[in-house]
Amino acid sequence: MGSSSSRLDRVPGAKDLMEETGFSETNILCLYDRFEVLDREERGYLRLEDFEAIQQLAVNPIGDRIIGAFVFPGRETLDFPSFVRVLAHFRPTDTTWSRSGSQPEPANSRTRKLRFAFSLYDQDGDGKISRAELTEMLQAMLGMQVTDEQLQSIVGRAIQEADLDRDGAISFDEFKKSVEKVDIDHKMSTRFLR
Amino acid sequence: MELFFNPFDNLLCILLGISFTVWFTLLLVFIIVPAIFGVSFGIRRLYMKTLLKVFEWATLRIERGAKEKNHHLYKPYSNAIIAKEPTSLEEEIKEIRRSGSNKDLDSAPEFEMSDIFYFARRGVESIMDDEVTKRFSAEELESWNLLTRSNYNFHYISLRLTVLWGLGLLIRYGFLLPLRVTLAFTGVGLLVFLTSVIGLLPNGRMKNFLSEKVHLMCYRICVRALTAIITYHDSENKPKNGGLCVANHTSPIDVIILASDGCYAMVGQIHGGLMGVIQKSMVKACPHIWFERSEVKDRHLVCKYSIKGSFEIGATVYPVAIKYDPRFGDAFWNSSKFGMVNYLLRMMSSWAIVCSVWYLPPMSREEGEDAVQFANRVKAAIARQGGLVDLLWDGGLKRAKVKDTFKEEQQKLYSKMLVGTQEDRSRS
Repeated sequence: MGSSSSRLDRVPGAKDLMEETGFSETNILCLYDRFEVLDREERGYLRLEDFEAIQQLAVNPIGDRIIGAFVFPGRETLDFPSFVRVLAHFRPTDTTWSRSGSQPEPANSRTRKLRFAFSLYDQDGDGKISRAELTEMLQAMLGMQVTDEQLQSIVGRAIQEADLDRDGAISFDEFKKSVEKVDIDHKMSTRFLR
Repeated sequence: MELFFNPFDNLLCILLGISFTVWFTLLLVFIIVPAIFGVSFGIRRLYMKTLLKVFEWATLRIERGAKEKNHHLYKPYSNAIIAKEPTSLEEEIKEIRRSGSNKDLDSAPEFEMSDIFYFARRGVESIMDDEVTKRFSAEELESWNLLTRSNYNFHYISLRLTVLWGLGLLIRYGFLLPLRVTLAFTGVGLLVFLTSVIGLLPNGRMKNFLSEKVHLMCYRICVRALTAIITYHDSENKPKNGGLCVANHTSPIDVIILASDGCYAMVGQIHGGLMGVIQKSMVKACPHIWFERSEVKDRHLVCKYSIKGSFEIGATVYPVAIKYDPRFGDAFWNSSKFGMVNYLLRMMSSWAIVCSVWYLPPMSREEGEDAVQFANRVKAAIARQGGLVDLLWDGGLKRAKVKDTFKEEQQKLYSKMLVGTQEDRSRS
């Protein structure tokens, strides 16, 4: 195989991306290959339909919300650096980074992972998960499998448990509290092979 | 001057005449006669083997050329980016909850805000690395079949390759295409002519017998017109009279493929869902084809009746799975992008249509199963045999329906965890 630095040249802004996201050289190359595969029309960027064509994603109950983290009104085309930045949330947490240090918070910190998950719930981006938004989410995850009453009771109970200040919505801090014991690093991370 | 051209003209005419006769005789002997008797010389299989060897060479050549020029070729199978956990939905969500829950696990588990982590991670993983897209693009490169429409990577890797591609083009458009078009016209023409003739006969066993033979013969000619190389599996499960044959429908060619191996009366659903073409095999098989062909309006009525009705009546259903080998030509018809004629031309200028037909064991509706559940069971059996990929890459309307079915599966699994336990709680 040729020298890896020449291969890295194919990827625009690779060195900066590596520093920013913490991905290794091999990771970036793999992700670039993947980007090119998804970009079937070879446009150099990804659009909504490129994501919708991913079969496994289409059958995920919250597939369209996940796609919304990549492309959304205001950002209809996704270039490679932006693609990588979103995926960076799912890198395993770096044990070396600390909040009190000088380095900026990386995408894969515990808080930022939680922010990502929170944004999947909070579709209108107002910083709170309203009852309606929670209902919508549960509807996506459960589909036709539960009755409206069951749905409402599940939503009611969830809000009751998580909404500590009783304002009828779940803020980011309340969300954080409700999942504080979960091993976020494991559950919101993907193991990269090289 | 005249003298100079005349004998030349004559010679040309004679040559044309001879070649035409030879051509037609060959056609007759090698294709039409075997079609009548349902025999095969095995020419198509030989052709297929030769083609595969050529494709192998072409692919190796591309790979070598690419390495020399230091281009990067996507080799999907050797490039797994991430390690996917093989745990199920239930296991994972339980695990998430176990670590995060303040509550005693004996009390009924309910929805947790952290449940979303599972779906989010799975979703993002499929963006990074998914089986289907890998396989799809793998087909583009692992074995290049000299059709530019399936591979854009071969640009000028070597002169020899370009020449081979050019030769392939010449053969396909200059030789195969005219041959196939001729055959197609012959086949269809014969079908129309002979069935009209037979239609004049008085109703009876002879008429049915002849009409069966005629239909089979003409469909076989059409099969050869597409150079379709079909392998039938488990023919002992072939649909019998009185049963209902249900097949997955990926292209209009399916009809021809099945009809050349048995006599069916067809009830077609124009924009079918997964069920696609439903064929009813009855004692008086062939008259029904005439019936639905002449009165398009009636076809819709027969259609509506049959699809609902046949799954409710206690008929035996014979599921059939048809799967196309993409190495030789892409049989998938994107009906929103290409018209029928365009599609047929593409089919006829491909190398061949290679497919496998599996006759699955007959199924009938069981006690306590309603029509919809039974239909789903049949669907699942066909999907299992035909392979998920084929069904999902099915074009527009159909894609939406299939996607929903599989999404439903996940929703069902998840809801069982929540609602199932709620029922227990209400009981206690």
